[in-house]
Amino acid sequence: MVHAFLIHTLRAPQAQDTGLCRVLYSCVFGAENSADDPRPHGAERDRLLRKEQILAVARQVESMCWLQQQASGRTPLDLQPQSSDEPVPLHEAPLGAFRLAAGDPFQEPRTVVWLGVLSLGFVLVLDAHENLLLAESTLRLLARLLLDHLRLLTPSTNLLLRADRIEGILTRFLPHGQLLFLNDQFVQGLEKEFSAAWPR
Amino acid sequence: MFTAGAESLLHQAREIQDEELQKFCSRVVKLLQKDEPGPDAVDALQRLFLIVSATKYKRKLEKTCTDLLQTTLCSPKCPEQLQLLCAAILRERSPSDGLSLSCDHVQSSQQLSLVASVLLVQGDRKEEVRSVGQCAFRVLESRQPEGPSLRHLLPVVSKVTRLAPHTLHEDQTNLLSKRLVDWLRYASVQQGVAHTSGGFFSTPRARQPGPVTEVDGAVATDFFTVLSTGQHFTEDQWLNVQAFSMLRAWLLHSSPQGPSALDADDKSELEGSTLSVLSATSTASHLLPPQERLREKAFEYCQRLMEQSTRRALRKGDADLQKACLVEAVLVLDVLCRQDPSFLYRTLSCLKALHARLCGDVARARVLLPIARFFLSHGEAAAVDSEAILQHLFSRVPCELFHSPTLAFEFVRFCRDSLPLFGGNLDILKRSFPNLFKLLAWNSPPLTSEFVALLPWLVDAGTAMEMLHALLDLPCLTAALDLQLRLSPAASDRPLWDTSLKNPSCLEASRDPQFQALLQHLLRAQASGTVERLAPLHQLLRPMASCARVVQCAEAVPTLLQAFFSAVTQVADGTLTNQLALLLLERSDSLYQVAEYEARVHRVLSSQFLALCALHPSLVVELARELLEFVGSASSVHSRGAMLASVAWAVGEYLSVSWDRRCTVGQTNRFLEALEALLFEVTQSRPSAALPKCPPQVIAVLMTTLTKLASRSQDLIPRVSLFLSKMRTLAQSTSPSSAYHEEDAGAVRTRATELLTLLKMPSVAQFVLTPSAEVAEPRYHRDANTALPLALRTVSRLVEKEAGLLPG
Repeated sequence: MVHAFLIHTLRAPQAQDTGLCRVLYSCVFGAENSADDPRPHGAERDRLLRKEQILAVARQVESMCWLQQQASGRTPLDLQPQSSDEPVPLHEAPLGAFRLAAGDPFQEPRTVVWLGVLSLGFVLVLDAHENLLLAESTLRLLARLLLDHLRLLTPSTNLLLRADRIEGILTRFLPHGQLLFLNDQFVQGLEKEFSAAWPR
Repeated sequence: MFTAGAESLLHQAREIQDEELQKFCSRVVKLLQKDEPGPDAVDALQRLFLIVSATKYKRKLEKTCTDLLQTTLCSPKCPEQLQLLCAAILRERSPSDGLSLSCDHVQSSQQLSLVASVLLVQGDRKEEVRSVGQCAFRVLESRQPEGPSLRHLLPVVSKVTRLAPHTLHEDQTNLLSKRLVDWLRYASVQQGVAHTSGGFFSTPRARQPGPVTEVDGAVATDFFTVLSTGQHFTEDQWLNVQAFSMLRAWLLHSSPQGPSALDADDKSELEGSTLSVLSATSTASHLLPPQERLREKAFEYCQRLMEQSTRRALRKGDADLQKACLVEAVLVLDVLCRQDPSFLYRTLSCLKALHARLCGDVARARVLLPIARFFLSHGEAAAVDSEAILQHLFSRVPCELFHSPTLAFEFVRFCRDSLPLFGGNLDILKRSFPNLFKLLAWNSPPLTSEFVALLPWLVDAGTAMEMLHALLDLPCLTAALDLQLRLSPAASDRPLWDTSLKNPSCLEASRDPQFQALLQHLLRAQASGTVERLAPLHQLLRPMASCARVVQCAEAVPTLLQAFFSAVTQVADGTLTNQLALLLLERSDSLYQVAEYEARVHRVLSSQFLALCALHPSLVVELARELLEFVGSASSVHSRGAMLASVAWAVGEYLSVSWDRRCTVGQTNRFLEALEALLFEVTQSRPSAALPKCPPQVIAVLMTTLTKLASRSQDLIPRVSLFLSKMRTLAQSTSPSSAYHEEDAGAVRTRATELLTLLKMPSVAQFVLTPSAEVAEPRYHRDANTALPLALRTVSRLVEKEAGLLPG
């Protein structure tokens, strides 16, 4: 199962760029059990911890993506689209996976699968022994749907005020963090349903 | 995309003040309270979501606002957009104490799903998970034929099972198991009807939908699965997909004994007895209790998936799904066999057939990993030799697919997770370290920490030397792999090598036979037991040393070396320790020239050399000849200062009779001469671009070593004292062209003076510089008669007094 899904910025670490990695959207599907902690913990503290865990993952993904791009010899500009008409070849987008040890930052050990498209990072935080092939194809699917339905290719749009559509897509394609074995026809069917319910 | 506009929007959302936020909240309340909330309400909620999620600190929202959000969420006639936004906002604020949401009065499974998405992230302080689970089962039990769709329910149940499996009663699990059997095995094999409204021109008799098809277009031959396709789908076909998606988790967490089923004794007994009974058919399965029936149907489902994966899919997405289904099928079969060993016999035969089919298929190599794991877990019980499978996996897959980051990660994850299961097959893993290193060399950033955990299992006394060479040559391996990719015919449409470096000059040169032999050795798949000196390759591959991938690998090597040494010192005996020490010295000037690589490796090697000496102090005496050679070589100071300092330090510490009786006076004398000559040369020579100046630390260590040696053979004291005073004089004369800064010269002077002082009182010098083994005991330092600081203070005072009394 998926513990969290997030979208964050992917910047190229150029000399003059001193911005921070920003989490643009995150959705956690279940809470970690903090029953072992004897200290009385407030709800606020738990929320703060959760946000910081997500940010820690985003930062790690950013550096992994940058390292992978660098190692393949691609410049950071490759993450920007050439023109808004060109379809983004998602199967060529950098994708990777790494493990998070227990306690760092989540209580249980988890696996992270990430995909870098158009200076955005899409990340799934999974349980430790998930079916990675399924997770990868789900991630690619989510990225494609979000790019299409949020029209992320046109320069003026951003996804900060489009949480409703992101939620709509997630409810159908990753309900409660459940990875689904959807063949092409099922995906088309779900997508038609979504387009009908949410006209562009 | 993240434009400057978006950055400022985020900034605004963060900076909004409480008062303004409260005003905005009241506006939201007004908009939501309208009968028909329009697009304004949606817009306002989107902004509210941004404000709440933009900061990691809690935002204070008025109670009326949050209450209204909860109500809107639960009202069935509200449009989906608003409901989703309310749920998202409430979820973003979680965990939150003021939540009065509950799932007791939900009417539909869709509503339950929304409410659950908020409740399940509260952290289970008020047993929300249990109540959501109970509610879900209530809806499940009360299902009417034309009732609400259960499609929204299964993911909730799956989540609850994952978070809190103990909250479900046995009759509830039985109920769901029965339903899952229906959905998995008996879903309709006819395609669904299109859910379009009639329209003006539609005919009243719609065309009958045909049967579902397989992924290659043929008509379906057996029951419906996730690999069955059609134009439209029926409700139970949707449930089939969801049921399979949650099947593994359900099987694991809902079994009566819990995830870790039977304990070891029971298990082996059962396996032994049931294997003698060929339970090949599933007769009378409808008489089985629900759990067992579910397992039986799950088994049939997996078999069907494996059969369906032999078909050639028409679409790429379906081909990818076939791979994922194969992996899942093997994982489910593994769970089934763990829970009920009677499945083992049937599973083994079909998995062996599957493995044979996949062996030559590079595109499906990742499926081999769960198969190998299955055979490792169950092979022993079934008396099946998993060696051949492992051999194929370790010798073929990394060679062909090291460049795939996800395969590399999965492969290493497989190795790490299966370590307890390897048993007698562990030496296949150990022998295959060259292939595993290929995965590491190509994908070092995500895999370094994995290998640090894996190395202790790979290290073996027999291959330790070869492994150390391999680790030191890891960046060279990265370059060689890049070269190999360029030279091999293009298997994929995209270049897999570093595209920023076009046509390196070594490409042609590498075809030379002398290099070919060395390259073959470097790129070997298994430990060969021999060691080759790869210095010519370092030269050849120099143009590639600036590749980003090579540099990344080089950065990872010091960490790996530390892990290697902490592992190897556990298994190394005296002979191996000596060999390793010699290897360190030899390789320290024979490294692939990547920026800063040599300096970093020297740091690690020099500290590890000392660690080896501490482990086996006789090393210094046994390897005296080689160490003498090292000290005597002129290059050692300038290019390997750190190594030289360690060697000198080790000599100073351990070259004495108290550590090894075989230490002779002649050895001491020879070292003394060598060190003197070295120091002299270093301090006399002028620094130039080719010979950088010798760091003062190295000089200090050399001088200290000389003093230590002298303190042991006291007839050498006058000679060493003379030398030290010469050193002091040299350091005092700081001319503008002198090699040393004032601080460095001062440090050298101070150290020389201290050493000279010590040598004036030989017995004290011996005590300080060559303490007996008792110095490790605390008593040695607490006892007023033997404490070292006291002795030193006494000596200093005495010497000062003496100096004061004597003229000049």
